[in-house]
Amino acid sequence: MTNPATGARPGSVALRSKVPTEAAVDTRPPHRSCSGRFAVGHGLRTWWTMLAICLEERLVYRGDFALGTLMRFLPIVTQLFLWTAVFNATNRTDIAGYSRNDMVAYYLLTMVTRAFSSMPGLAGGISRSVRDGSVKKYLVQPVDYVSYLLAARIAHKLVYYVVAILPFAVVFFVFRSYFPPLPAAATVLAFTASLALSFLLGFFMEATLGMLGFWFLEVSSIVFAYMLVQYLLSGHMFPLDMLNGIASGIPGISVGNLVGWLPFEYTAYFPAAIWLGKIRGNDLVRKLAIEAAWTIAMAILCRIVWHRGTRRYSAFGG
Amino acid sequence: MHNSNDKRTCGDALGEPSLIAVTGLAKDYRVYDKPEGLLASVTGLFHRTSRLVEALKGVSLTVGRGEFVALLGPNGAGKTTFLKLLSGIITPTRGTAKVLGHVPWERADDFRRRFALVMGQRNQLWWDLPAAESFRLHKEIYRIDTPRFERTRDELVDLLGVRPLLLQPVRELSLGERMKLELVAALLHEPEVLFLDEPTIGLDVVAQHTLHTFLSHVQAERQMTVVLTTHYMKDVAALCERVVVITHGDILYDGSLGDIVDRFTTHKIVTLDLDDTPSHERMAGFGFPYEIRGPQVILRIDRARIADVLPDILRSQSVRDVSVEDVPLEEIVAELFRSGESPATARFAEALP
Repeated sequence: MTNPATGARPGSVALRSKVPTEAAVDTRPPHRSCSGRFAVGHGLRTWWTMLAICLEERLVYRGDFALGTLMRFLPIVTQLFLWTAVFNATNRTDIAGYSRNDMVAYYLLTMVTRAFSSMPGLAGGISRSVRDGSVKKYLVQPVDYVSYLLAARIAHKLVYYVVAILPFAVVFFVFRSYFPPLPAAATVLAFTASLALSFLLGFFMEATLGMLGFWFLEVSSIVFAYMLVQYLLSGHMFPLDMLNGIASGIPGISVGNLVGWLPFEYTAYFPAAIWLGKIRGNDLVRKLAIEAAWTIAMAILCRIVWHRGTRRYSAFGG
Repeated sequence: MHNSNDKRTCGDALGEPSLIAVTGLAKDYRVYDKPEGLLASVTGLFHRTSRLVEALKGVSLTVGRGEFVALLGPNGAGKTTFLKLLSGIITPTRGTAKVLGHVPWERADDFRRRFALVMGQRNQLWWDLPAAESFRLHKEIYRIDTPRFERTRDELVDLLGVRPLLLQPVRELSLGERMKLELVAALLHEPEVLFLDEPTIGLDVVAQHTLHTFLSHVQAERQMTVVLTTHYMKDVAALCERVVVITHGDILYDGSLGDIVDRFTTHKIVTLDLDDTPSHERMAGFGFPYEIRGPQVILRIDRARIADVLPDILRSQSVRDVSVEDVPLEEIVAELFRSGESPATARFAEALP
């Protein structure tokens, strides 16, 4: 009461006394008031709970994964046959710097990178939630949709790895003689970093695609087109070093150089090439920086598209 | 730390005369007409004809703390659009709204932590997990501290008698059980404002009754403001003192349920059980004979005349049994809806505040 500020505003005191019911009802402990200082900590805890719950949910479907993982190794068998035939026919010991063993190791390594960067069902799931209206939940509840999607996807991946590690281990053990000796610790570290980034990059690219569902009812054809480009330019189909010898028409710059500036190769080729020692030194640092830059750019783009999309949804749909 | 708390107190200190204040709220939708036939569908790829649908045509309304309001109206009248606007899912074409001092469609977290929306069949519960897990997530996203969370959860769960269902995956539950758990999820953070979109749709009579008891108890206890849309007059009779009738995007009536009955019941329904089968003419003398089935007669009699007519009947006929009832609420409201569609609107509009 000695506070001069209180004395200077008698009006607010008087007004407050006019609404005794509200004052009487509002005896809540200050559980809402902790938003300021603990916001970050709380955000993390919320996210952690989200992750835990997503994990539980994914575990309901663990059986689904086991079969899916094995199936994923099937296409690679045809690749192995194809390249064996190519090497036999040309009588060459290496193509674009890859021996037959390197080629096998490369394809197996892209399997690992794809296990991080591919996001099955992400874009389709987002666009479906827009179409059937379940996205509304994230407009009504004080929760961030992108964070939720990320938690759900990490959970998805973690459960997948638990199930997939066995078939992966078996395949890598069988083909162990095709791999070069274990690379240096620094290379393994760079490989790990590139994998983590490839997960985030793949996540934000596909999440952004899915959010196009705010503009188009159906994004599956867009996703299909993206998958095609992705397959070709990520190095999933062939090692991208093969493009280095092809002139792009711009003096001194090969098609490989151009592709290197796109985000796609960071989701398959790049980590595999690091492990095989194809990219080293300054090149490695530069490419890691490009990958990080694309990841950040895509994360920002994803936010922008979400923001615009929900605005459009609010204005036209709902 | 005290920041948001201060804001709240400040809002209350400024009077906050109504928790919901809506002025001239309008929402237009553009719909594209898809003509019939393949050829038309192909031309439709290049040229689409569209028209503007006014889902809401400038609605004004205020709701105070602790009110329980029913939004009634035929399908497509704009009830759900109104709730979506108030919960910030959609932005209006014109007009303003404040809920708890916030513009809903700005979707501030501080606002979103203080209200809840339950849309009939849309689940906030995780389909494959037990409801307890969804509740745990709500505890985090709404930042409810543990003792408070446990107390509220236990209270709500016991009121609805759903404790045994907490650990069962939601997909295995019946519609009624799911709806009860949806409500618990929505009320865990003790929202000050609750929007319910057809909460009893598809539920059996027992489940409906349970929800009524539950909702009125919780609402009274917390002084919660509730706005509900429904097609069931039972919901309205059990829960709401105030009724807002919306037809064609406009408010047609806003007042108490009792007033509707008073204003719009012009007749009483009299059911007679006689000794013999009366003639049509004989009955028409007393009122409008709805139905004469043997000795059983149903008459519609002008409310103003009932006190005179009833003794007449009892004197002149040999009556075994008699009952006098109001016209069912459903019929009154149906009449009200219809009046919104016909030129007769004017008749009501004059009579209404």
